[in-house]
Order: sequence, then structure tokens, then C-alpha cells
Amino acid sequence: MPRAVPIPLRAPAAPKVPFLSLDTVWFQVAGTLCNLSCNHCFISCSPTRHAHEIMARAEVRPYLDEAASLGVKDFYFTGGEPFLNRELPAILEDALRIGPATVLTNATLITRARAEELAKLAAASRYSLEARVSLDGLTPETNDPIRGEGSFDATLLGLRELARAGFLPIITATQTWSDADDPGLRERFHGFLSDLGLPRPRLKILPLFRIGREADRTRGYAPTERLTEQHMRDFDPWTLQCSSSRMVTSRGVYVCPILIDSPGARMGATLRETLRAFPLAHGACHTCWATGASCRN
Amino acid sequence: MPANGDLTLKEPGLEGALAFLGGPYSNHAALRAVLEDARRRGAERIFCLGDLGGFGPNPGKVYPVLEEFGVVTMAGNYDLALAKRMAECGCGYTHPSDNHFARLSYDYTNRRTTDAERAWLGRLPAAIRFLRAGRRYLLCHGSPRRTNEFLWESASSDGFLARMAREAGADQVLCAHTGIHWQRALPDGSRLINVGAVGRPANDGRTEVWYALLPPGEHAAEMVAVTYDHQALAREMEEERLPAEFVETIRTGWWTTCLEILPAMERSRGRH
Repeated sequence: MPRAVPIPLRAPAAPKVPFLSLDTVWFQVAGTLCNLSCNHCFISCSPTRHAHEIMARAEVRPYLDEAASLGVKDFYFTGGEPFLNRELPAILEDALRIGPATVLTNATLITRARAEELAKLAAASRYSLEARVSLDGLTPETNDPIRGEGSFDATLLGLRELARAGFLPIITATQTWSDADDPGLRERFHGFLSDLGLPRPRLKILPLFRIGREADRTRGYAPTERLTEQHMRDFDPWTLQCSSSRMVTSRGVYVCPILIDSPGARMGATLRETLRAFPLAHGACHTCWATGASCRN
Repeated sequence: MPANGDLTLKEPGLEGALAFLGGPYSNHAALRAVLEDARRRGAERIFCLGDLGGFGPNPGKVYPVLEEFGVVTMAGNYDLALAKRMAECGCGYTHPSDNHFARLSYDYTNRRTTDAERAWLGRLPAAIRFLRAGRRYLLCHGSPRRTNEFLWESASSDGFLARMAREAGADQVLCAHTGIHWQRALPDGSRLINVGAVGRPANDGRTEVWYALLPPGEHAAEMVAVTYDHQALAREMEEERLPAEFVETIRTGWWTTCLEILPAMERSRGRH
């Protein structure tokens, strides 16, 4: 019989991150719907997962207005795959009237027409429109086992269209490798992107979050991977994005983009209701603390 | 809030023409040229918004120039880092290649900063406040709330800037830290002016450097480009064996390093 994992008799209370300022508002515009089913996805998105639904423009707008009245700095749009939301261009247009915006996409649905439409939106705004594209390897052999058969080639096509339309996409790679195994990967990533015709490659590496599908691919969080008051001593809370951002989905306002599937992470129905401290009780909170990671650009 | 606290000015002369300079970055030649230009244009008071060191050669040369012109100087993240003998500049970069070049110039500057200079930097105020023509002015290095926060034109919404000014109790915020100058009148009547930097060109393909001049009684800044002997500075940087990438920026006006932090719009305008 397998031995049970020992659980402390009384777990120490989770420390709270203070709420400092609502700088960033995220929108789960495609819900948990995605044309891909990456096996490291921390919210297990897929073509059939409806945990959070696609948000209509009319649903997003009141939150944009509320964000504007609260003096929000910038907006991020993600999913799932945001381009599954047919109203995305209109939503971006609304957002770009208020402030800068970033779209996180796998780029597989970016056609020439779509890239040009985005470029028009960007040109019409005095704020930056950033395109962030997820890719998890420099070859189909390394990328596709994670992101799905054919996804490497499809992403590259979309990336080229974005570059052709004048975007300087930020490539986001999830750190599925260890630096010890592959110390030169960052540099090779840069070279690869230059060769691809992206003249000014920008690369963002995100840590793995051991929740959602990733918990099955490798492992979930150990009971010891939790934050305590001790972790927060002499720690700058600005480092944690939950001190200065919130995530809006079809189901309400959540503390951050990572935890929308986690119990206790929904903080309210409006942004105003969520401007308060949050208990850092999740394994993923430990990852943000340990890596200094932020979902922002 | 930075440890040093705010300096509140109450003396006369603040209603006249004022000049505001962003980071000299050890570019003593550009600093002198800018200060001479500001004086020629009748600036009654000249303010420097911090980051005296980094990037350029022989960091000790900027201190006597600031003193000679009576520049009212406040602390940037670089100055605080040197004063506290920190291991890095605290610029707030997030990308490894940005950090690589930031480290080269910080180590160079740190090694050549004297104890007396560190003590002087340690006494600089973290912010400067005064009233001018009925408006509450606030001078900060990065943003009113953080010394190393980047306020880029294309990445800062009107609402955000107005909120920061309101929360800081200011109608007019002057900042620097990004190295690119811009200003915006905000819908609530407040104004933000990023005065850019005098130590490095503004990534616009021009070798001049920029500062902000406020004519008497006016709150909108005139952004002034100043030429200086940039070739001489480039040669001095080469003699000091500073990275060729830095020298190229002085000679071409295009940034070659610390580019990852730029938002799409600002990055697109540059060459690299």
C-alpha cells in the first residue's frame, strides 16, 4: 500500500498580499476555449472546455469603463485563444481608446487579413498594441509534443504575418526545460527568431505552474510548496502581480490569470469589489514568489 | 517611498523660466552643453531628475559641472544604488540582455565612484515639490510612487497618469528614467512631462540630447535639442573601453542596448 503524504496537523495561515494599486486588468476573452490543448496549460484549455465562456464585447465594455474610472494603466487579453472570439478586434478597439493593450495568442489563427486588421487598430491608437505569441520550442520536434501536432508550423505562419504587418511580437515560452539541461536555449531562441524574419526578437520566459494539465504532465505542487509569513518578510509585494492587477472572466473578477480554476480565487463581480488583500494560499503563489514571475510583458 | 524624503522649495525664482534635465549618465560633455543652453535661454532655476552615472565615461566629471551651474539635483535609482553600495543599478529591467549591459555600466561606474561622491548622492532628495503659478509641481525620477518605474508614452493611459498625480497631490508631474522625452496634458487638467535624458540621445537617429524648458508662467514644456561634441565623448568612451554598443549610440543616435523594456511603439521608432 502506498504511504500517505504526511499532512501537518494545523497548516499555518496563508500570508496576505496587500492590494496596492489597480494598474492592470486582464480579460479572459476566449474563456477556457482554445483550438490547441497544450499539455502544460495551467487552466486546461481545449476546444471543448467551457469552465469560462467567451466574453461578448457588450460584456467586456462595462469592465473597461470601470477600469478607466479607476485609473488602470493597461489591459491584457487572453484565453484560451483570443482569436476564437469574433468580437476581439472590436474589443481591442474599445480598449485602445482607454489605454495600451496586449493580446496573448498562439498565432495559429492569424491570417494576413487579420494581421492587417490588427495593424490598423494599432496605428489608430496613441497607445501600444502588443502581440504576444506562445511557442515552446525551436522545432516541431520540441514544440509539438507540448502544443500539439502541426502547431509549430501554424504558429510560424501567424508570426510571419504579424511581423509583415509591422508588429514586433513578444515570444512567450514556458520553461519546460531546465537551464541546466539546456543553458544556451535563450540565445538560440533569439537567433531562431531573427532567422525567421523577426528583426527585433523579444522573448519572455514564463515558469511552469503545476496546476491544470501540467499537474498531470509532470507533477502537482507538494504540500511544502506554500507561502508562509516568513516568505513575505522583506519581500517587495510589488513583485507579485496580485498586488496590482485583476482578471475578468465570464464568471466574474479573479485575483490573477493563473488561478481562475482555483477555489477562492474569484473575488467579486466588479473590479471595485476586488480591491483588497488576497491570501497567498496556492501552490502557484509559491511559484510567483520563487521565480519573480509576472504575466505582464 | 525612497528613504531620503522630499525637498519642498519655497524661495522666489520659481515663477520664471525653469529647465529640467533627465539622466546625465556620466555624459559630462552633453551636460555642460545643455546647462549652457538653458542659461542662455534664461532659465532661472535648473533641476536634474537623477541618474548621474552609468553609460558614459569617467563618472566623477559630472559633479563639478552640476555644482558650477547650481543645479538642484534629486536622486535617481542609480544614485541611490551607488550611495548604498548596492550590487546592481536597480533600473528595473526584466530581460537578461538588458541586465547584461546595465551591469557592465554599473560595475564601471561603481568602481570609479569615490566615498565623498557616494555620501553626496546619499543626501539627494527623493522628490522635489514646489508651487508655481498656482500649480503643485512634483519632480520624481521614475514615477511619483516608485523611483524605478518606467513611464513610457505609449504604455501609460491618461487615467493612470491622472490618478498617480492625484494620489501624489500634484497638478504637474515631471519625471525621467526612460530616456525618451514626452509630455501629455491630461483630461483632468493635470500634466505629465517626461524630460528624457541628457546623457544619451533619444533613440531618434539624432546625436543631440534633449531637455525640457518651461517658459515663465507656462506649464507646457518646450522640448529642446542640444548639440555637443559627441565625437569627443565617443572617443573618451573608447579610451575607457566602454562597450562598443554604447559608443555606437552616441555616434548614431540609435539605442543599441536595454531595448527589451521598450513598448512596441517606442521600439518600432528605433533602428534596433
